[in-house]
Amino acid sequence: MIRFFKGKKDDGQDQRTEEPKLELETPSEEKKGLFARLKQGLAKTRSTITGRLDRLILGKKEITPEVMEELEEILFTSDLGVETTQELIDIVQDKVARKALSDPAKLKTTLKDEILGYLESALPQELQFPEGSPLVIMVVGVNGVGKTTTIGKAAHRFIKEGKKVLLVAADTFRAAAVEQLEVWGERVGAEVVKQKSGADPSAVAFDGIAAAVARGVDVVLVDTAGRLHTKKNLMEELQKVKRVIGKKLPGAPHEVWLVLDATTGQNAVSQAKMFHEALGVTGIILTKLDGTAKGGIVVGISHQMKLPIHFIGIGEKTEDLRPFDPGEFVKAIFD
Amino acid sequence: MFESLTDKLNSVFKKVTGRGKLTEANIQEALKEVRLALLEADVNYKVVKKFVESVRQRAVGQEVMESLTPGQQLIKIVHQELISLMGGEVSGLDLGGKPPHVIMLVGLQGSGKTTTAAKLARLLRKKGRHPYLVPADIYRPAAIDQLQKLGAQTGIPVFEPLKGMRPEAICLEAKAEAGRRACDVVILDTAGRLHIDEDLMAELERIKEQVAPKEILLVADAMTGQDAVNVAKSFDQLLDLSGVILTKMEGDARGGAALSIMSVVGKPIKFIGVGEQLDALEPFYPDRMASRILGMGDVLTLIEKAQEEFDQKEALKLQKKLQKSQFDFEDFLTQLQQVKKLGSLEQILSMIPGMGQFKKLKQFKPDERELIKVEAIINSMTREERRNYKIINGSRRRRIAKGSGTTVQDVNRLIKNFVQTKKMMERVTKKGLGGMPPFPV
Ligand SMILES: Nc1nc2c(ncn2[C@@H]2O[C@H](COP(=O)(O)OP(=O)(O)O)[C@@H](O)[C@H]2O)c(=O)[nH]1
Ligand SMILES: [Mg+2]
Repeated sequence: MIRFFKGKKDDGQDQRTEEPKLELETPSEEKKGLFARLKQGLAKTRSTITGRLDRLILGKKEITPEVMEELEEILFTSDLGVETTQELIDIVQDKVARKALSDPAKLKTTLKDEILGYLESALPQELQFPEGSPLVIMVVGVNGVGKTTTIGKAAHRFIKEGKKVLLVAADTFRAAAVEQLEVWGERVGAEVVKQKSGADPSAVAFDGIAAAVARGVDVVLVDTAGRLHTKKNLMEELQKVKRVIGKKLPGAPHEVWLVLDATTGQNAVSQAKMFHEALGVTGIILTKLDGTAKGGIVVGISHQMKLPIHFIGIGEKTEDLRPFDPGEFVKAIFD
Repeated sequence: MFESLTDKLNSVFKKVTGRGKLTEANIQEALKEVRLALLEADVNYKVVKKFVESVRQRAVGQEVMESLTPGQQLIKIVHQELISLMGGEVSGLDLGGKPPHVIMLVGLQGSGKTTTAAKLARLLRKKGRHPYLVPADIYRPAAIDQLQKLGAQTGIPVFEPLKGMRPEAICLEAKAEAGRRACDVVILDTAGRLHIDEDLMAELERIKEQVAPKEILLVADAMTGQDAVNVAKSFDQLLDLSGVILTKMEGDARGGAALSIMSVVGKPIKFIGVGEQLDALEPFYPDRMASRILGMGDVLTLIEKAQEEFDQKEALKLQKKLQKSQFDFEDFLTQLQQVKKLGSLEQILSMIPGMGQFKKLKQFKPDERELIKVEAIINSMTREERRNYKIINGSRRRRIAKGSGTTVQDVNRLIKNFVQTKKMMERVTKKGLGGMPPFPV
């Protein structure tokens, strides 16, 4: 193997924050009925943990290391990641040191505001519908994150707004992926352009755009096969799909949505980077927020890569796609 | 992003005077690095805490072995502790008793149950079993279709549910049908569900009661973050899992979820999924996983990865050569060409232990021009020189430089790097390939 692509020796000079000490306690899980849960949507709670932080803060005059640890735990267990968590904790600690923050009661709000600031550094713009041609949205992501389901749900949203929608089944790889999209098409009332399983995805995309232009639809949603971002040839295949779409309709695809699963940890950063590098992602869809995962990894991604989060998925039903609300999202981290 | 932890620890310990023994004081900084490395790898916060504490207890008071630096000594402890937490040994399926045996796959949406069901069936058939696939996901659009197609692809029979059949009935009926068809293993592909979805979780409980599975396996995504503990705990509490299958392991996730899951459910990880193809299911090796979580790299994984792309014979040849210390310039050239094929140089390099010490490695793209230069140099060597670098003396070096349109310094540098690489690869390969356990099942 090659060894002459040498870099400098690592000096490992970065200093980290104090290792906190905290008793081990497992949050007891709450069980709720499906309906209660759905109604609650995003606002599910981790009351035990909030309780602990609030208890620690209650009636105190100063911000104790214990409180800082508790905050750190909340950020880590929400998947914000080492870098973002440390950044945020440093900011707060710095404020405490400068005496700009001394009231424990304000701590949570300060931190919430910081995270909000991160998220608001990349807010989504209104979707721009091009004059006289369809808006083309290409949906990409790793396997099983919820691309096809998101397309079904997004189609439903557009149709409710009175738009004519066409779905393009360019996942020709996974068994029955085309059938899955067809079920969604039927369910929400959108036509589906498809070819045989195993067909060239670029060819399907080409057909899809041609059909969309001919039929005068408003929105085209292109489903693609899930692939790990580390597979170079598969990423190139996606680039080709994108190129072919652009050839058929200059300016398209107008949007490239990257679907991220809220259950994913640090690897989402790598996914975002590599998909963005290959395709120029325009926005993120964060799915499966109806579980107990917080999806905190998007805080750093959105902040660092300036990628807006367009929608969140909170279930498997047609209605379960909502515009991203940074305030609600941050609230869910602390609640 | 992830320089190897070993390198970090070595630099931490550089500041520590008075070697000899690991003490509370001198491992303090190092344990912080361990903690961060684990958090970066997605190991759950609480699990990390417990883990670091047990490492601390084991480490304090230990003599540093003569052959090791304090950093290496600590890594060894961490590594061993990780391995023991993850079960230590490879474990297979328990399919004793009277057939048909039911294997039930459960997990969150999108974790890879359906593909895993087909992979498992294929593997079992290779072991001489007669598997029967059962689509019990009536919720996700075309989920049944998906399993039927995979069945058709592999020639493994798939139960055909009647319209309107509930999952419980599907599973029960399928088990009876398996008996009639003389199938001895029944694999249940259940619908993905959230661990907090009471109704759907109750459905799993009922299926379990009715068909009495021999194995209940949680299928979890290797990329899962902190929530892995909640998911695993909920499924285990309700169903008493017999094991776990980790999917999507061929990506670049560090896989800390493996540790989180093991530490809350205490059940073995039985297989890992390493690709979308139906033969991409492998046994789980705790030691490899430990190295991966620590970002320490693993030449075994490297060899396997290379295997994917170039043919198995080539890989075996390389492996043998490494073991016999016969790695020469011809192999080096082959490797080089493989790198081009494999695409991501950094991914391969980062799997080689020791490579992490080059901090900037992650940013390196294979430099086409440099590759061309190296190829030119090697191509200007005689066959003998390629096979035995030791004969390349000064005049040969000058000839090679001239022939390849490079300088003697270029040639020197290449030879030096080659020798280092050779040594390192041979060392690690020999160490690592010792007792590879056989494939379970
Ligand atoms: N609970 C939940 N499940 C989801 C959500 N979005 C998608 N899913 C499920 O995740 C699984 C994988 O989705 P799919 O759309 O097939 O993923 P794809 O492979 O990326 O196209 C399916 O079982 C979906 O029903 C969501 O927001 N919440
Ligand atoms: Mg899909």
